[in-house]
Amino acid sequence: MSLLSVQDLAVARGGIRAVEGVTFAVSQGEALILRGPNGVGKTTLLRTLAGLQPPVAGTIEAEPDAIAYAAHADGLKGALSVAENLRFWARIFGRDKIDASLSAMNLTDLAERPAAHLSAGQKRRLGLARLLVTGRKVWALDEPTVSLDTASVGLFASSLRAHLAQGGAAIIATHIDLGLPEARMLDLSDLRAQPGRAARPAGFNEAFA
Amino acid sequence: MSIWEYANPVKFMRLSGRVLPWVAIGAAICIASGLVWGFLTPPDYKQGATVKIIFLHVPAAMMAINIWAMMLVASLIWLIRRHHVSALAAKAAAPVGAVMTLIALITGAIWGQPMWGTWWEWDPRLTSVLILFLFYLGYIALWSAIDDADTAADLTGWLCIVGSIFAFLSRYAVLFWNQGLHQGASLSLAPGERMSAVYRYPLYLSMLGFGLLFLALVLVRTRTEIRRRRLAALIAREVRA
Amino acid sequence: MIALFARDIRLATRAGGGFGLGLGFFLILCTLVPFGVGPSGATLALIAPGILWVGALLACLLSLDRIFALDHEDGSLDLLATAPIPLEGVVVIKAAAHWITTGLPLVVAAPIFGLLLHLPAIAMPWLVAALLIGTPALSLLGAFGAALTVGLRRGGLLLSLLVLPLYIPTLLFGAEVVRRGMVDAAPLTPLAFLGAITLLSCALVPFAGAAVLRVNLR
Repeated sequence: MSLLSVQDLAVARGGIRAVEGVTFAVSQGEALILRGPNGVGKTTLLRTLAGLQPPVAGTIEAEPDAIAYAAHADGLKGALSVAENLRFWARIFGRDKIDASLSAMNLTDLAERPAAHLSAGQKRRLGLARLLVTGRKVWALDEPTVSLDTASVGLFASSLRAHLAQGGAAIIATHIDLGLPEARMLDLSDLRAQPGRAARPAGFNEAFA
Repeated sequence: MSIWEYANPVKFMRLSGRVLPWVAIGAAICIASGLVWGFLTPPDYKQGATVKIIFLHVPAAMMAINIWAMMLVASLIWLIRRHHVSALAAKAAAPVGAVMTLIALITGAIWGQPMWGTWWEWDPRLTSVLILFLFYLGYIALWSAIDDADTAADLTGWLCIVGSIFAFLSRYAVLFWNQGLHQGASLSLAPGERMSAVYRYPLYLSMLGFGLLFLALVLVRTRTEIRRRRLAALIAREVRA
Repeated sequence: MIALFARDIRLATRAGGGFGLGLGFFLILCTLVPFGVGPSGATLALIAPGILWVGALLACLLSLDRIFALDHEDGSLDLLATAPIPLEGVVVIKAAAHWITTGLPLVVAAPIFGLLLHLPAIAMPWLVAALLIGTPALSLLGAFGAALTVGLRRGGLLLSLLVLPLYIPTLLFGAEVVRRGMVDAAPLTPLAFLGAITLLSCALVPFAGAAVLRVNLR
């Protein structure tokens, strides 16, 4: 059974469609890796899947509240400790256990440290630990391995594999090899929107082109 | 064929280009004849020659409020039906409305000096026009602060809705706060309060002229906005390619 | 939702959170005004309601841009928008947290500032009541303004241009309550209007604010 299925989706950035005709489905235990050069629309597609912006055309079918989104910014507060940050997000998503997520990302020793004093890689790990506490089935990840060292990438890949093994799914925009040979690829550069054949303009820049 | 057809930029450009000269000529004729006729009216028995400023003041004050109402309608059309021309028309109308508000305030002050002995009085009507001017300023500032046209159109649309509610509230709140010097509405349907026909007809002509002037200015400015959006769209496509 | 509320309060009260800045500003304003208008108690008492209300308005305005801007910068707002709580709820909670950290201290401290400005004792309860009922509207309308300008780099000045006109009815009725309270002339009437404006803001701002936030997030 598919957790998320997308039909003929078109997404827009800056009032112009970036990619169109995106069709895929991910089932339990599947990972989909988005590829394509900078600016092709990977981030825009992920934000649309997460519900942060409306699609220009097409449909996204998923259970309500199925998708957890993680982007370049981790949503951390420097004044709060690692545990406080994580506990906050856990409570927002209606959960309270954070110990497993802390240890999965090797943050247990840093739990009481203020997030402001973390290194970039440690912050990133905390941002990924936030994904674990959401308890959501589908992860939509935008460049999750930025500023992670090799060991941390391995840590992330293993928790991703554990997530998939538990019946989760993931859609990941990344340029590096995560060591997931079973993951499917979707190259967005083939789906670049063609100018001037939209039934409905995506924004001012299309309405007046 | 529905009225929404004219929300299509191409059709709007074609139609507005055709009617614009006639509207502009009509506005010029009405305002010129209304003001000349108004200037030749006899002095009022109480107010003397100062009464003649109403041929500028009343139409400007009327337009100040009605332009905001037009912006509210255009914003609602944009937010509900997503017609791009509607959002641009609201944007185009705002500076015209602000200038009309300013004309109403300045002519009011010029008239107030000989009549009430003061340039400015915190009278409810004056105050609410000043408040309206502040709302125009905020609306124009928000449009110019945002680069992305889609975001700007949506945000200013919402500001216009919330602003309308609070401008309306302020209008009645100031009545509570100060009872005021200003006379009642210049044009009233109640018998006995009506202005003499000597003044009324040139005033009607001048009001019609101001209405046509507003229409002409909004058409010109909307056409400019459409051309500007088209230019921006071409540049955006060039950058993307 | 409670978690978000608790976090915002905690962030505001920790170092660098800006808690108490509004109160300090209010104190400075009430100290500066007598230097400007002279030390005469009668003059000060006459303008005290207006000064206190304008001071509350400006103190509230100071911290408005923090309501959403910080969460927007660090990405929390994106994550909150995808969380299982409605964005309308986020707006209400954020406005409530702003009121607790900015509006409520002003309400509590207002009698002291009233004393500085020679506000008659008979008007004190009315000052507190008016601020208690009126300042939630300031936080709510401010949250709408903050949501409008959240994506802008230099939104602070624009924010005040957008929000201050919205504050006019609140200011007008709020100061009227205190003025009437000074002479004991039916201050309940403007107080009722003040309550009506706060309730209207409660009804309107969550939806308008959330709609505007969604536009800014896309």
